[in-house]
Amino acid sequence: MSLSYDDVVAKYEPVLGLEVHVELNTKSKMFCGCSTIFGAAPNTQTCPVCLALPGALPAVNEKAIESTIKIGLALNCSIAPFSRFARKNYFYPDMPKNFQISQYDEPICVNGFVDVEIETDEGPKVFRIEVERVHMEEDTGKSLHMGGATGRIHGAEYSLLDYNRAGIPLVEIVTKIVPGTGKYAPEVAKAYVAELRDILRSLGVSDVKMEQGSLRCDANVSLRLIGSNVLGTRSETKNVNSLRSVERAIRGEMIRHAERLNSGERVVQETRHFQEDTGLTRSGRSKEQAEDYRYFPEPDLVPVAPDAAWIQQLRAALPERPSIHRKRLKEQWAVPDKEMSAMINADVLDVVEATVALGADPTKARGWWLGEISRIANEKDVAIKDLPIAATDVAEIVALVHAGDLTDKLARQVVEGVIAGEGKPSVVIAARGIRVVNDDSQLMAAIERACAEQPQTAQKVRDGHLPAAGALIGMVMKDTKGQADAAKVRALLLAHLGQSEG
Amino acid sequence: MIRNSASEMASKLASGEITSVEITHAHLDQISAVDRDVHAFLHVDTEGALDQAAAVDAKRKNGERLSPLAGVPLALKDVMTQKGIPTTCGSKILKGWRPPYDSTVVANLKKNDIVILGKTNMDEFAMGSSTENSAYGPTHNPWDLTRIPGGSGGGSAAALAAFEAPLAIGTDTGGSIRQPAAVTGTVGVKPTYGGVSRYGLVAFSSSLDQAGPCARTVLDAALLHEAIAGHDPKDSTSINAPVPAVVAAAKAGNVKGMKIGVVKELNGDGYQKGVRTRFEESLELLAAAGAEIVEVSAPNFEYALAAYYLIAPSECSSNLARFDAMRYGLRVGDNDGASAESVMNLTREVGFGREVKRRIILGTYALSSGYYDAYYGSAQKVRTLITQDFNKAFEKADVLVSPTCPTTAFKIGEKANDPLAMYLNDIATIPVNMAGIGGMSLPSGVAEEDGLPVGFQIMSPVMKDERMYSVGAALEAALLSKWGAPLLSTIPALAGSK
Repeated sequence: MSLSYDDVVAKYEPVLGLEVHVELNTKSKMFCGCSTIFGAAPNTQTCPVCLALPGALPAVNEKAIESTIKIGLALNCSIAPFSRFARKNYFYPDMPKNFQISQYDEPICVNGFVDVEIETDEGPKVFRIEVERVHMEEDTGKSLHMGGATGRIHGAEYSLLDYNRAGIPLVEIVTKIVPGTGKYAPEVAKAYVAELRDILRSLGVSDVKMEQGSLRCDANVSLRLIGSNVLGTRSETKNVNSLRSVERAIRGEMIRHAERLNSGERVVQETRHFQEDTGLTRSGRSKEQAEDYRYFPEPDLVPVAPDAAWIQQLRAALPERPSIHRKRLKEQWAVPDKEMSAMINADVLDVVEATVALGADPTKARGWWLGEISRIANEKDVAIKDLPIAATDVAEIVALVHAGDLTDKLARQVVEGVIAGEGKPSVVIAARGIRVVNDDSQLMAAIERACAEQPQTAQKVRDGHLPAAGALIGMVMKDTKGQADAAKVRALLLAHLGQSEG
Repeated sequence: MIRNSASEMASKLASGEITSVEITHAHLDQISAVDRDVHAFLHVDTEGALDQAAAVDAKRKNGERLSPLAGVPLALKDVMTQKGIPTTCGSKILKGWRPPYDSTVVANLKKNDIVILGKTNMDEFAMGSSTENSAYGPTHNPWDLTRIPGGSGGGSAAALAAFEAPLAIGTDTGGSIRQPAAVTGTVGVKPTYGGVSRYGLVAFSSSLDQAGPCARTVLDAALLHEAIAGHDPKDSTSINAPVPAVVAAAKAGNVKGMKIGVVKELNGDGYQKGVRTRFEESLELLAAAGAEIVEVSAPNFEYALAAYYLIAPSECSSNLARFDAMRYGLRVGDNDGASAESVMNLTREVGFGREVKRRIILGTYALSSGYYDAYYGSAQKVRTLITQDFNKAFEKADVLVSPTCPTTAFKIGEKANDPLAMYLNDIATIPVNMAGIGGMSLPSGVAEEDGLPVGFQIMSPVMKDERMYSVGAALEAALLSKWGAPLLSTIPALAGSK
């Protein structure tokens, strides 16, 4: 008796709450000097502080504070002139101190908002997501539960602990409750996380890779009857590791809640884990009995009291908001909506921008990234950005084409060579012996040969029937093995036959 | 030789009259001779101390510029990490743990070429006032081996009184440097909170803990104070300001024109008669030396003990959570199939002593949701009031004084089963920690009724530590001329002592 989504939203109003954890990309950990590089051998990036050896003390990473303030400012938050760290006390083997240093009742950034725009039945509509707080905390280590069937602690024979992640700076962005999104709740949530990701990326404070866990979303969902102002019982879904999953998880939870409510059961307040394969969630820890974390101010750290002038300086240096930035680029480049979305979806907007900044024509730059390069990426099944070709390479190629030193066809060979790891464009051109036949006498000889072979066609052109020139140009291109610039051949041919363009 | 003060030893070392190896040997011999009875040490690092001494002697021979205390031996409270040397904090749970790093205090000692003889006994995790809470057995007071040497730093104080070391490091959370100093006839200083780095000091109560110097004279304490103090980026709560000029103050010992405030609430009822007599006598001597004695009131001190026993246990319940058998120390019940949770539980059950458990439970309760405001929250407010009391008192006086403890050393076992009576011992020392100011205890003679040492406490405002050294040195000089010899020269000889 699976309910349809339409049935759910016809009867219930979803209320969302989103908690996003962001791993900052600082070089060192939150409270010690250990490296934060991902993927090192287990327990090689640890020290007395992050292993919580007796006597060790935390010292705050200033860069992490700066990054958090930038995030707060970008999300329209107020920055607290005085905020504190607190200890969240609970025992777990992968948490070395058996308390997490976090911020509790005095977070560093409060009361912000993010506007997201989505397509609705009535056209594009902006939803404002209010941000309650942005605070700093440290990540825990990682437990690997071995020998069990599920990889979970229950049923495992033993567990391995890796403390490399312990102490990595995390920022948690918590929204206020989000009512009023109705049937668009899943899309609004997805758009919010996407917008956050873009903002964080533009700030350069995080790698924002959801697959690697540097951006993680916990989605709180509850339902209430439409028209009611009493909040329903919520579930908190963790493990939501892609934008698509945010949407799926919320939609799935809405249906699951509605089914329970319709059949007279109550929704249990609990943590649930999203299953990427089924799109469903499974029950985790029950939160019916709220855990008592015995929060109290961290006595080993002094309060964070950022200087007002410093905050002003950070505010002044904020990059343009990604949504505004996109609008500006769209106008400047005169790109149609569809193309703009294509660039955003392919995640190439910033490389295209970088290519344009290096002097390339926006249309050409976009063409290369969305065309040939994108095609190769698809073929190789890798992300465009993981291909070994940079904006500088593309800009160089565009310039060579513009100067007539490469034809489009030849340029594709160069792109292919760069991606194959043969070197920079100039190196590929030299190594592969790619060159445009640019010698006028050589081209003229080929044109004369073509006209001699197809005298009728040549006559048509002489008589002013310009489309006929195409066949002759094709012959010349064939004659020169494609190394000639077609535009130049056309110009020479028309002049030879006493004609000119338009 | 071992009965000299540290500064006397330092001048003999500087003049070449003795070598550091000789003086280190002499102390190691004394430890061998008396420590079976005193039990001041948990670990003696004979080899390391002699190596360090030989290295200082070599430096001196090469004509290198050395620090004032270079080559002088020292005893280190077992709550400070020293690379490669067992650090137990007097607890079974850390038995066998050898830290892979030096605390900042130890790094500073090494930088100053002070020779570290070994680690001294203490109440488990510094929780106690008698050193009876050590998992490794009590330390005995060299004045009377049936009595306690104070606590938690009883080992460090006893080592000084038994001439096993001329210098020691202590830590003071509620009086753990000053109370042992008082009951052993030695000098102990709790610097301003943040004056000495806490990095590598195994935390009991982070907002109250402070390491400091223990010695037999005020000048020796000052020399050691300057060697270990100073800003440390690894301790966020350490103060980024120059170290107060305590050595100069101790050398001058000048109290002319200083106003000395007697805290009304820390005297009178509940204080042993002989303690009060010695206190009054010291006040007279200070007045004779040119100080003006005034009375000040600190009405909120009444609540200090109650607030302390909420704040310290709360912080300790969290600080001691890391002892979970996962990464170091004791591990109990790690059998096939045992869960991490059961290993944690069993280890903590077996590894912690009664007083530690009592405080963890108390603190866990005080921080619990629904109780936080009534307990921890209120205690923090009391703390603010105590600080305000001190601020007001320091408007009237340059330093404040009181007896260090209400009584002289009690018998081992006498208060072991009465935690409240034990806690009351720290009634005069705790306010200093609550406000983060400086405090010193120095000997003011013996109580007539029992012949045991009495301590005189001097309290100075934040980062004005030099003031307590001025007053301490002046009083010490006046008492010395009265007695004709240091108080410790009258201590009964220990069997086997040199």
